[in-house]
Amino acid sequence: MDGGKSVTTAMQAGKLPVERRGVISRRLSGILEPYLYVSPALILIIAVMLMPLVLGLSYAFRDIRILNPFSGGFVGTAHFQTLITDDAFLGALVNTAWWTFGSLLFQFTLGLILALLLNRDFLGRRLVQALVFLPWAVPTFLSGLNWAWMFNPVVGPLPHWFTALGLMETPFNILSDPDLAMWGPIVANIWFGIPFFAITLLAALQSIPKELYEAASIDGATTRQQFISITLPFLAPTIAITLMLRTIWIANFADLIVVMTNGGPADSTQIVASYIFTQAFRRLDFGYASAIAAVLLVLLLAYALGVIALRRAMTHADS
Amino acid sequence: MNVSGNSPARKLVYWGSHYLMIGAFVVFALFPLYWLLKVSVTPNDILYTEGVRMWPSRTTWENYFFVLTQSNFPHYFLNSVIVAGTTAIVTTMVAAVTGYSFSRFAFRGKVIIVALMLITQMFPLVMLIAPIFKILAPLGLTDSLTGLIIVYTAFNVPFATFLMQSFFDGIPKDLEEAAMIDGNTRFQAFRRIILPLTLPGVAATLGFVFTAAWSELLFALMLVSSESASTFPVGLLSFVSKFSVDFGQMMAAGVLALIPACAFFLLIQRYLVQGLTAGAVKG
Repeated sequence: MDGGKSVTTAMQAGKLPVERRGVISRRLSGILEPYLYVSPALILIIAVMLMPLVLGLSYAFRDIRILNPFSGGFVGTAHFQTLITDDAFLGALVNTAWWTFGSLLFQFTLGLILALLLNRDFLGRRLVQALVFLPWAVPTFLSGLNWAWMFNPVVGPLPHWFTALGLMETPFNILSDPDLAMWGPIVANIWFGIPFFAITLLAALQSIPKELYEAASIDGATTRQQFISITLPFLAPTIAITLMLRTIWIANFADLIVVMTNGGPADSTQIVASYIFTQAFRRLDFGYASAIAAVLLVLLLAYALGVIALRRAMTHADS
Repeated sequence: MNVSGNSPARKLVYWGSHYLMIGAFVVFALFPLYWLLKVSVTPNDILYTEGVRMWPSRTTWENYFFVLTQSNFPHYFLNSVIVAGTTAIVTTMVAAVTGYSFSRFAFRGKVIIVALMLITQMFPLVMLIAPIFKILAPLGLTDSLTGLIIVYTAFNVPFATFLMQSFFDGIPKDLEEAAMIDGNTRFQAFRRIILPLTLPGVAATLGFVFTAAWSELLFALMLVSSESASTFPVGLLSFVSKFSVDFGQMMAAGVLALIPACAFFLLIQRYLVQGLTAGAVKG
């Protein structure tokens, strides 16, 4: 991430002599200033997210079943002990990995390609840009239903196309085939998520100063060299943060699966997030659901820490 | 980026494949929406018999007529516009100042705040509903649009902040330092010089938050019980529960719901594309 910044700073250095005049009063208010900027966000997050989160975590150690008036007592770690031997949960963990990385790989790669295509000027660019971003604006509940329709051989075209292409012998619904069902929600998720990467990466691409490319062209750099030494370093901060957040979001994103397959057939599309949803709203066992959520939180936290550590190691290796 | 080599043949091949790929993306993005549209104009009696035809033999606008005149949808729409619009504006303002401070200041507690924001993204939202309800109820913020706006703003601020920070990171610090030497306070420099430079980023952030709030279902369903404060995704769901599942009407409502979202995208499009002008970066 520092690569991009230093290119720009180096470019500025010759033109803008920076004079730092230490003014005492400015320094004093400088200490308080950052907190002033951060406070609205911090107050909101603590009140609306952190407090409920702590309360929610406490449910993991209690017996909370909505329809059972005798529930509510503390059960210690009983939920977690059940969890270790819960085969449905362990299967859901494996499915979560598939679901997350399958979706993410295609969303990111296709989103980056789309952003690069849109970054060049061409006839009809504005129209195309508005059109390809539309999937992001469709409520997920509706797009899940719509994709379930399209995969259904009675009312949808996709199985007939697959048959015509020789991928299927007769049209059938992949959502009812345990080996293939996961691809249904993944395709819907790719469709839904490409615009996210395309927009963020396009906005980042648009912020790269054009002179850098002009200067590189004059120096005789090829398109590929320009891409590697200018475009990628500038995109790196955006890529890093969006990839990490998206991983966390997708792992937590149960809507499409709940609507399209409801975790079935035979739990083949059950991810941890949809399993939590099932426990909480179908079996009304909020205690157990909270315990699963706590485990998911710990796993995602470990993932995020791993990614951050990796990035730090890489940045140090660079400099 | 220049196409290496300027021979007309190479140019033709380059632009040919460029348009081909763009075309593929457009088809992939639009076909499911086309199918949505097709179902919404198909009369109920041939919905299944002509299920796989690319266009039904007869079409009808009845579903749209019903949604616009017989249902509460226009009201749900208005609620959604208010909630999504306010959430987008408030979130972006909060995220801009927070993202700016993350980008420019080193201060005590920064790491903790960043970590806190990350962690809030990891907890399944399903599990936050009951506790949030417990906190909002005594304040009279359940069953109200204000309550929804507060919850949506809090949920969207962390991502919006990181997004804004990454845009600020790309802008050289010398710009506002120069402005501060000229006698501006830091906040003035931020507002007059840095913020205008990140307009594409602001537009992108606005767009994301708007669509996220526009289509949110779970909280809209759980925190609001009255018709008068319902947003349109909840209204969509009513086609499943109240009447037997009426796909035609639901798809018609879905198509109508796309219109404000599209309008919003077209509105911010100009800023998304404009990018930085060369002169501005030079200072």
